[in-house]
Amino acid sequence: MGAYHERPGRLQRAPENFIDPAGVRRVFAEARSGRRDFLRGVLASIGAAAASSAAGDPPAVDASATADAPAGDPNILRLPEHSKSLGRPVASEGYGKPSKYEANVQRRQSPGLTQTRQASVSFAPLQSLFGIVTPSGLHFERHHQGWWDVDPSGHRLMINGSDASIVRTPKVFTMDELMRLPSVSRFHFIECGANTGMEWGNVAVPTCQYTHGMLSCSEFTGVPLNEILDTCGVDFKRGRFLLAEGADGSSMTRTIPMELVETGEVLLAYGQNGEMLRPENGYPLRLVVPGVQGVSWVKYLRRIEVGDQPYGTKDETVHYVDLMPDGIHRQYTSTQECKSVITTPSGGQILLDKGFYDINGLAWSGRGKVRRVDVSADGGRNWRTARLETPVLPKCLTRFHLDWIWDGEPAIVQSRAIDETGYVQPNYSQLRAVRGTRSIYHNNAIQSWLVQESGEVKNVQVS
Amino acid sequence: MSRCPRALQRVVTLGVALVLTGAGWAAPSQNDRYPGIGRAATPAEITAWDIDVRPDFKGLPKGSGTVAKGQDVWESKCSTCHGVFGESNEVFTPIVGGTTKQDIETGHVARLNDRAFPARTTLMKVSSISTLWDYIRRAMPWNAPKSLSVDEVYAVTAYILNMGGILPDDFELSDRNIAEVQKRLPNRNGTTTQHALWPGKGLGGAKPDVQAKPCMTDCTAEPKLTSFLPDFARNAHGNLSEQNRLVGAQRGADTSRPPGAVPASPAIRELSVEASAARAAPAELELLRKNGCVACHGVDQRIVGPAFKDVAAKHAGRDDLVTYLKSKIRAGGSGVWGTVTMPAQTLSEDDVASIARWIADGAKN
Repeated sequence: MGAYHERPGRLQRAPENFIDPAGVRRVFAEARSGRRDFLRGVLASIGAAAASSAAGDPPAVDASATADAPAGDPNILRLPEHSKSLGRPVASEGYGKPSKYEANVQRRQSPGLTQTRQASVSFAPLQSLFGIVTPSGLHFERHHQGWWDVDPSGHRLMINGSDASIVRTPKVFTMDELMRLPSVSRFHFIECGANTGMEWGNVAVPTCQYTHGMLSCSEFTGVPLNEILDTCGVDFKRGRFLLAEGADGSSMTRTIPMELVETGEVLLAYGQNGEMLRPENGYPLRLVVPGVQGVSWVKYLRRIEVGDQPYGTKDETVHYVDLMPDGIHRQYTSTQECKSVITTPSGGQILLDKGFYDINGLAWSGRGKVRRVDVSADGGRNWRTARLETPVLPKCLTRFHLDWIWDGEPAIVQSRAIDETGYVQPNYSQLRAVRGTRSIYHNNAIQSWLVQESGEVKNVQVS
Repeated sequence: MSRCPRALQRVVTLGVALVLTGAGWAAPSQNDRYPGIGRAATPAEITAWDIDVRPDFKGLPKGSGTVAKGQDVWESKCSTCHGVFGESNEVFTPIVGGTTKQDIETGHVARLNDRAFPARTTLMKVSSISTLWDYIRRAMPWNAPKSLSVDEVYAVTAYILNMGGILPDDFELSDRNIAEVQKRLPNRNGTTTQHALWPGKGLGGAKPDVQAKPCMTDCTAEPKLTSFLPDFARNAHGNLSEQNRLVGAQRGADTSRPPGAVPASPAIRELSVEASAARAAPAELELLRKNGCVACHGVDQRIVGPAFKDVAAKHAGRDDLVTYLKSKIRAGGSGVWGTVTMPAQTLSEDDVASIARWIADGAKN
């Protein structure tokens, strides 16, 4: 163990939780001279403090800071408080919360991106998530006129037609009624069309929370919309477009293609990860439109209109239109094309040491399943195929892994996803050659993270 | 309407099914697979909610409004956020600007090709006038959506187009002439649906425009860094050491210190979390939310108007502060914090007093 610690080039690890910040700085300042005596002194004072502390958690002790102590790791030698006394009772928290040590894992705003907090966005902390499910409280938020906690007893869903012959019997449903119907539960990703939009021209933000965090994935429970339409007498020949409308102040509206509804994929969802939707995610009812950008997943859903033409709403005419190099805006862009990002290691992090790492990240496609993910550690020159974690589901996040030994040299890590249609995620040169840099929406380029010699990871773009 | 007879009929149907199947399962028809679930919407209900207006003007109610009336509505209800001339970018992106007489002729805004032009205004992008009308009616004003009358919506739409040089000062926009006005919209020809991102058959339908190939070895020359965050911006999103987990393969970089510094101790963060959790949110915050104050004012940050803490700091020590704040909340005004006008507010006497006292006490959250 001693030899391991003496290896040159090893990053010095902070003795977290062990001493206060001033102490941390002193440790490092004095590390080279008289380190052993100094650490012994600190240990003695911490031991005294722990003994005199009547309640609370005992301070953990980082083994690397005590490498010189001959007997062993004090975390092992000195039994902590939680091994020697009685813990807390059941139902102390009626709805349990994450550990207090996880307080850094939060959804966050990007400073300066928007000027109000009611028409704004918060980003999910992808760098701290495992697997494919986003905890509901960390799901990214996008509100257009503030969010509400809507009383489900008064919430109604109306189905009507743009004219009387398209929907024979316009209907109204209560939440009680919708929740009586046969339900399905499916895992799907939701990604804002503007995710990674800040990076079209150049690097703009430091971490994958801000580059890719308008992305989340949940198990949604609800009723396939086509089941409901069937009971209203819809003329499917003429009614090829649907308008989805929210009940909030913005009364968000988006046009949905009937083809997608007819597959049974589009859900009237009330459940998310085993519980009801969170208010920020549209409680009590939202539309789930798998593979399509988040703005179409209308929250607080109050009405579906079936029509014979698209609707040209604000969010498909003034916003969520993609500006191409010829000055023409693409309208009704909806599908989220195949994309991936490495979340570990990623921008703003520091690797603690050289040696083994499990490079891992997320891949997804709005056109179906992810077929393959390749990873490069040399800025895109050479690639290795990553291992896909199960389950691999259509229009859902897929977690990929690749074993990696970091030798301490600078490395640029990238991931490239391929979906079941054969579509290959492009790099920035390939994407910009077709779409320029002013589209704002639908940036699915390959992300590059530079692992520097210091272990600090930077968001970079390469050519 | 005929719910009783239909219900009876269902009972009869169910009875027959019981006899026929012997298993107690009803065999429903396609249109009545889920008996007892949902009911017909009444005409009044449909009228109340079906407010959308399509580009072909289906759904547009009869009515009219002049540019002059639109200016009145604008200055009392819209200019606070959007600026007197629709040009403000303080709260939202500008509505007016960037379009020319030439664009009205061509139907495609030339400045969308000008990479040096700083913004894309609403009038530079919007291709259907119905979009403006529909959105103003359903979602504006910002803090009181759906409060404008149909004629006010016509008037405000006319005024916006007047500010953009599309309609003359004496114009009256109505359901009868709106289709003619559409033909003058500067970017009416500026959109396409020829792309592969519509998951249906009715629009677009092209193959994916970007075609990459999955090369595996010796794919590029030595990669060159073309863009990265400069060191001076490394803390612009806050200290990243506080935005990463405290256990695992890596830590967040302490961006409050120069590159290469060791991650900070978690003790700092933990203490601050506990300290903030210990403070209960004051009841006044709920009053601010209930009365819509937070649409324009943050406690700590400026939104449209000043932060409550800034108001408290500016007037700290003033003897008549509570009285002064009560009168300002009631009457509104402008000039103290810039040109943006705060409209007069109609909230209860108790709420005004509580909010004024809370601000005078330092606007603590």
